[in-house]
Amino acid sequence: MNHWPFIIAAYAITAGGTAGLVLWSHVAMRRAEAAADALRRRREEGA
Amino acid sequence: MHIFANPNRFLGIARPLTPWLGWLGGVLTLIGLGAGLFLTPPDYLQGESVRIMYVHVPSAWLGMAGWTGLAAASLMQLVWRHPLAGVAARAIAVPGALFTAICLATGSLWGRPTWGTWWEWDGRLTSMLVLLFLYIAYIALAGASAERGEGSRVAAIFGLVGAVNIPVIHYSVLWWRTLHQGQSITLSGSTIDSSILWPLPIAMLGFTLLFAAIVLMRMRALLAMARVEARLKRLAAA
Repeated sequence: MNHWPFIIAAYAITAGGTAGLVLWSHVAMRRAEAAADALRRRREEGA
Repeated sequence: MHIFANPNRFLGIARPLTPWLGWLGGVLTLIGLGAGLFLTPPDYLQGESVRIMYVHVPSAWLGMAGWTGLAAASLMQLVWRHPLAGVAARAIAVPGALFTAICLATGSLWGRPTWGTWWEWDGRLTSMLVLLFLYIAYIALAGASAERGEGSRVAAIFGLVGAVNIPVIHYSVLWWRTLHQGQSITLSGSTIDSSILWPLPIAMLGFTLLFAAIVLMRMRALLAMARVEARLKRLAAA
């Protein structure tokens, strides 16, 4: 049996899953922090 | 741990630390996996399929270490009411679930050419599947508590009780000698030849640093969302 298709699938699942979660976490963090900063600036401008 | 009780102090450390952990983790992971794919010899018995070890073992470690961290954070939340402990537990849950799922998928891909089967109701495999279900239940429970605006006390208790499964996973290969191999790496040494073993600690360290970077990013996102919600509530009340 050729093992390489199994090896490639295992590495692809791991790389795809890890890279996807890193990217998703980064985008979610940037969006949430940008929203918090925008609200803080609005409050400071209003004060 | 109490010095991190102040979210601003925590963010002052987490902001510069996140990119360092992410980049260092990414580079070490690439080195470990590249070496595992191209520089190590095939195993005398398993052949080329042994290369799946470099993704399977780190994901198994992170699935189990993730729940251990989640349980420790839950304990801190319940006993010391640490304000960041609940946030840390919620931040750990998703990457913990992902790596547990990766562990099960890569284990299945390793099992087919090695054992001749994708899945068997073996002690180790089944207890890892239970861990994945525990993660999914925790994510649902913590999410529902957050939506109702309640504290995540029930989720914390669940996180603590679910830790019972960690020693079950660890000792499963000793308690039920079915299909999964016994422990190859122990504190006293390893049964794996050093020519095959050396990229594994590099990959494990790399994945661990990436996991830490993901947790910090998710904690920062949760804290920022909590700030936005609190501010919007104040605006609505004014």
